[in-house]
Formats: sequence, C-alpha cells, structure tokens
Amino acid sequence: MKGGKILTTKMHLLVCTGSACLSAKAKGIAETLREELHKNNLESQYRVIETGCIGSCELGPKIIVSPEEIMYHGLTPDDVKQIVQEHLINGQIVEKFLYEVPETGEKKATLNEISFFKNQIKIALRNCGFINPVQIEDYLATGGYQALTQVLHQMTPEQVIETVKRSGLRGRGGGGFPTGIKWELTRKSELKNKKMDTKYVICNADEGDPGAFMDRSILEGDPHSVLEAMAIAGFAIGSRQGYVYVRAEYGLAVERLDAAIKIAKRYGALGNNIFDSDFSFDIEIRIGAGAFVCGEETALMNSVMGHRGHPRPKPPFPAQKGLWNKPTLINNVETLANIPIIILKGGDWYRQYGTEKSPGTKVFALTGDINNTGLIEVPMGTTLRTIVFDLGGGIPDEREFKAAQIGGPSGGVLTREHLDIPLDYDSLLEIGAMVGSGGLVIMDETSCMVDIAKFYLDFTQDESCGKCTPCRVGTKRMLEILMRIVDGEGQEEDLEELESLSVLIKDTSLCGLGLSAPNPVLSTMKYFRDEYEAHILDRYCPAGVCNIKPKYRIDPETCTGCGLCAKVCPENVIKGEKRKPHQIDSEACKKCGLCYEKCPVGAITRGESRKHLSIGGVR
Amino acid sequence: MRVEEQNKSTKKTHPVKYKDNDLQQTVIVKDDEKYEKLDLVLDEYEDVEGSLVTVLHQAQKIFGHLSRDVQIYVAERLGVPFAEVYGVVSFYSLFTVQPRGEYTIEVCMGTACYVKGSGKILEKLKSQLGIEPGETTEDGKYTLETTRCLGACSLAPIIKIGDDVHGNITAEQISEILTKY
Repeated sequence: MKGGKILTTKMHLLVCTGSACLSAKAKGIAETLREELHKNNLESQYRVIETGCIGSCELGPKIIVSPEEIMYHGLTPDDVKQIVQEHLINGQIVEKFLYEVPETGEKKATLNEISFFKNQIKIALRNCGFINPVQIEDYLATGGYQALTQVLHQMTPEQVIETVKRSGLRGRGGGGFPTGIKWELTRKSELKNKKMDTKYVICNADEGDPGAFMDRSILEGDPHSVLEAMAIAGFAIGSRQGYVYVRAEYGLAVERLDAAIKIAKRYGALGNNIFDSDFSFDIEIRIGAGAFVCGEETALMNSVMGHRGHPRPKPPFPAQKGLWNKPTLINNVETLANIPIIILKGGDWYRQYGTEKSPGTKVFALTGDINNTGLIEVPMGTTLRTIVFDLGGGIPDEREFKAAQIGGPSGGVLTREHLDIPLDYDSLLEIGAMVGSGGLVIMDETSCMVDIAKFYLDFTQDESCGKCTPCRVGTKRMLEILMRIVDGEGQEEDLEELESLSVLIKDTSLCGLGLSAPNPVLSTMKYFRDEYEAHILDRYCPAGVCNIKPKYRIDPETCTGCGLCAKVCPENVIKGEKRKPHQIDSEACKKCGLCYEKCPVGAITRGESRKHLSIGGVR
Repeated sequence: MRVEEQNKSTKKTHPVKYKDNDLQQTVIVKDDEKYEKLDLVLDEYEDVEGSLVTVLHQAQKIFGHLSRDVQIYVAERLGVPFAEVYGVVSFYSLFTVQPRGEYTIEVCMGTACYVKGSGKILEKLKSQLGIEPGETTEDGKYTLETTRCLGACSLAPIIKIGDDVHGNITAEQISEILTKY
C-alpha cells in the first residue's frame, strides 16, 4: 500500500483523526504525542500529522510510525508516553500495542503484514490516513493539483473527457452510469446565453445510506482531491461554478472541506484564472438538513436551490436541465476522488484493476458482525469471501456468516451461496442486489432477515418525500404488513401481497428512492423465504430477534402418546396418559421449545397449526 | 397571528411584542440580541440565490429552534412567502419548531447500530428519561432524538449527547453515561 511520500527529512507520526477515532479521543493522543516530543527534544526529528481516516476504525485511536508504517492501536495518553520512550528514544517496537491476529494471537507490526491492509488497492482513498487533509502542502507533495495543472495547460476538454471515458469509471454513488459519458453529455448541452450563464458541477456528498461512510472519510481525509476533480470536471464541461452538497450530520467533513476551499483559493487552485490559465472556477458548500431523498439528483438540485427536496421526473436529465435550468453535472464524492489520478496515470492504467465492465476499485464500508470493521478499497469483482474472511477477519464469537446486506436501503442481501460471486455492478444486478454506495453490513445467525427487511422499509417509508403515491402509500402498506409479521400476526397471503406491492412500487414510483425501496424485502423474501414462513405459519422467529411468543400445541391426531415431551419438559406442564394424546398447559408453558425439538413424530407445532392455516388461508 | 404590513425597502424591525390571535394573549419576545445575530446572517445571504436552507441552519443555531416568528422574519427579509419557508422547515428533519433541551441525545438508528442493538438502547433511554423520541424532559435538560446513520459505524452502537459521541455502548451503561451531564 503506497501512501503519501512527503518531501521532508522528518519522520512522520500519523495520528488518525477521522470521525470514528475522534470519538475514541484521538485528539488527546495527538496532543500528548506533541507534548512528549517537546519534552524529549524530538520535535526536530518527528512531525505529528493528524490525518483523515485510514480505514481500520475499530482499532482507534492509533499512531502509525512512518516510513516503516508500524501501527500502534487502542491507545490511551499514557500508552503514548511509553511509545515515545521505547520506540522513538530506545528504538524498540512496543509489542503490547501492535495489531494481533484474532485467530492466532500473532502480533503484526507493519501495515503491510496485516491482511486488512495488504489486500487493498487504494486509489480513491490513496491519501486518506497519510496526509494532513487540510494542509495543501501535504496534498501537493503527493502529486496533488498536478492533474489540474496538466489539464489546464496541456489538454483540451475533449481530451479530458476521452481519458475519463477510456478509464471506464462508473458512478460510485450507486447508479453505475459511465462517468465519461455523463461528462460528454453535459459538455454537449448548449447554454442559451454563454456570457451570462454557466453550467454547474455538483458533488453529491449526501451520503444517506445507513452503513456507508466512504464519502465522509474522503471529505474528511482528502478534501483537496475532490476539489481538484471538480475543477477538472468544470473545465471539461465548461462550467464556472461548483457546489458540494453535504449532509448536515457530517460536521467534521464540512469543517475540513470549508478549510480546504479557503486554502485552495488562496493558493490559486480555485477562483479566477486558476494557475494562470483563462479558466475560472469557484466552489460553494451547501448543507443538507436531514432528508435521505436529497441523495437523488433531482431532489438534491432542489435542495441546493433552497427548496423542499422533492424529486422530479426525468427526462430532462440534469445534463440538459439542472440547477436553475442550466446543464448540470452531478458526481458522487468517491467517483470524483478517482479523477485526478486517472488524468495523471491515464485511463488504461485505471482499467488494469477490476473487471472489464466494471473497471477500477470500489470502497466498501464493512460493518456489522465482523472482526475488522472499517473502510476497504478493493478491485471491482473481488469476492465477498475475500472481503469477509481475508480483509474482514471473519465473524466474531465463532458464529457463522449468515448474510451481507449490500447497497443500503436500495440494495439486497447476499447469502452464503453468493460468497464466491464477483462483486461488480452487473453480477450483483443479476442476483437482485446492487453495489449501491458500497455499504456492506455483515450479519451472523443472530440476525433475523424479516426484521432487517422491516428495518429498511421503516427507513424508506419514513424518508419517502410524499410526492408520488406508490412510494408514499405503498411503502406504508408494505411496512404495515412487515410489522404484522414480526409481531407474530402475519397471514399466509401476506407474502403474495408484499410481492405484488413491491412490483407495483418499483414500476410506478417517480424517483430512485421508491424504485428501489422494495429491494430489501424482495431480496430477503427470495433467499430467506423460510424465515418469513416461520414467522407467519409457525409464529416463530428462528433468530430469536422478533418478540413473538410462540404457542406450543400438540396435534392430537399425530401424537402417539410416547411421553417423551412430558419427560423433557422442565416445567412439567405437559400431561397425558400413556399411548394417548398429550396436552400442553399453554398458560404455564415457558416456551423453551424443548418438547418441540424432542418430539419424534413432529406432533408439536408452534403457534397456529400449519394445517389449520393452510385451508385457503382463512382462520 | 397577523403579520404587520411593513415597508419592504427598509430593514424589518425585530418582533418584540405581538398579539397571538390563536391564544388571545400578548406574547413578549425578548430576543433582540439573537435577532441582531440573525441580521448579520441575513445581510450576508440576502442576495445569494437559493440560500434559504443555509439561512435556516444559521437561524436554528442562533435560536435553538425555528419559531413561527423567526420563520416569518426570515421570509420577509429574503422576500419569499412564509408558506415557502414553512414548507422547507417542515420538510427537513433537522429543522425543529419546538424548543430543545440543554442536551440533545441522538440515538443512531443506522443499520450497523441497529444490528448491534441500538433498539435496546433507545428503549432504555425512553424509560429512564420518561420521554419519547422528539420530546424534551420536563426540566428542559434532555431532548431525545433518533437519528440517521452518523457514519461512525465501526463504533456501533453509538449515541451522541451534545457533541460527544459514545460508542460501543450497552443499555446497562446508559445511567452511568447520563451522570456525566
């Protein structure tokens, strides 16, 4: 993993100050480190750099000693003193704070030895965790703003677009639309009044998908790369004004972006006549106010203009009629972060990674029931197995992998049988999931899939803007059915009803939110139908998540009267004569389920009897 | 409530006293200092196209919440109908028209937190504080909110009290955490 090589004689002490590490009091670590260096007169030899997120968030707070890239993690201010004394002064690695492989207990000193890091290829995240995000010198030292200089002085807009097209980069926000083609379309849209009006570039940083935080990390860790890319895009399509639309929840990202914009303006990388060319480009930040639908591009544009964030039908596409009815280019943060390096190294260089139809790398946010949580960047087409077991270090507490939810509320679930399919746009669409923004929530067997589907629908239903009926009313009806199912009051026809509502909502909704809202339900119903059936027919939640109290009953026709159930019942509430059907006193029953497991003839049912229910579903 | 017709070309005066027709009583507002701050914001954004959301953010920061008065004041200064301002305020979940407690407790309901049991934490907070999400305790100390993913998924489950993030917590730790505030 090659990070920033910064031109200075000092050694670097990298302290991650991404949101997660800051919550774990990383600021205090950096301060203590500076104090200790001062006390020990080491300031001339070491430079403390407060970096953006390096990805391995659950290990924070951490210090990385560069250039060897030795990582110490889980630190307190006292530990810092020990590291300064032993490592920096005595030259001894402090084993105690090194990364430990979960299964073997083996200690790993450098990043390259740790499987979480060594299996990654960092392109979009190339600087995150290695430079001070705000200081422009750090960014420059890693080749920053060279692409913009090259574009302005040596390339035509057409050449820029050609390079992006050649790279095959596709929109990383979820849509997967080829970025170069989007640029070309926006370039070709004519302005009526070329002198007065301008086209616009918008960076979509309204990262609303729960469980995805790559855009936040890029803005926090390497904001200049996004600004540079926006200026390049502005040059390519012929725009003078850019907006970054950020979620209000991302306070630190806004703060760093704002600082970076100011510095870039002072440096001449933004503003009038950038780098002594005729090209002028300015960027403003617009902050959202808590509406998931604003991640949809037409809703986002309304929000940028200060209105309610309602989507509108497409066409006209933003490339033709966008912000203030002018042609507008909207790209996601991660997409943009790839641009400068693609310009510098060329489209073919980028294509060497990933698959033919989905070139390059993708950042995934790995969370949930997994050992190593955090951000990872891997080539497109990497399998889920590699991500979960090699990078992620497997499932904790010796539990089993059950499913992965990919793509947030618009995506679907991947199961054990999908562990070996390549994760790219097309393969995922085939199995009813999508890359989406790249949120990857891993679940072990203690997660109930019906509950997860309900969770996502609860989310989309709440976030539906209410403009179109299928989404506003349809998701509400679906949620009601799911609530009924998890409460143990589902009816057999509910599954059919869910399916038909899903199809209807997908066919008729106005924007992406509604079009994809049923996906989590459809996908869990497809792969975990038995769990839905268990909830509905047996009044039983296999994962034990839903608060259903099953009612155990003995079917008198099947019961042989062997007496085994009465024998195993710890509460002694099963009574009956030998060779005659037994009965359970359901009032006194503690619902432990032992009898259900032991019955040799399957005479014990949970909840309503299956037979009873199956008569046309009428009870 | 009636909005006095005022000369549009001059600066609006701060609403100090008005008759509330719904309540049939006179309400006295003594927020002059806050309105002065809001004036500075409005001076900056008055002529910037599409700045309503930005202005409302700032106004909420100054006043703590967006009362009807503040909304009307913003509407008049920006020259947009009050209905539009109210439309925007009611659309976005981060804008609030109710006064807030001293500390806002936000329980993250993102997927990662949900999978790791944020539901139990919310239940515990509800019972401990005796309020539902969106409500404020009687003593005005805490406002309880559920929030969308805060992006600190690797620390799941998390809650945010004021600006402090508490990660990797369990329902049992809630009482102890609250004693710090």
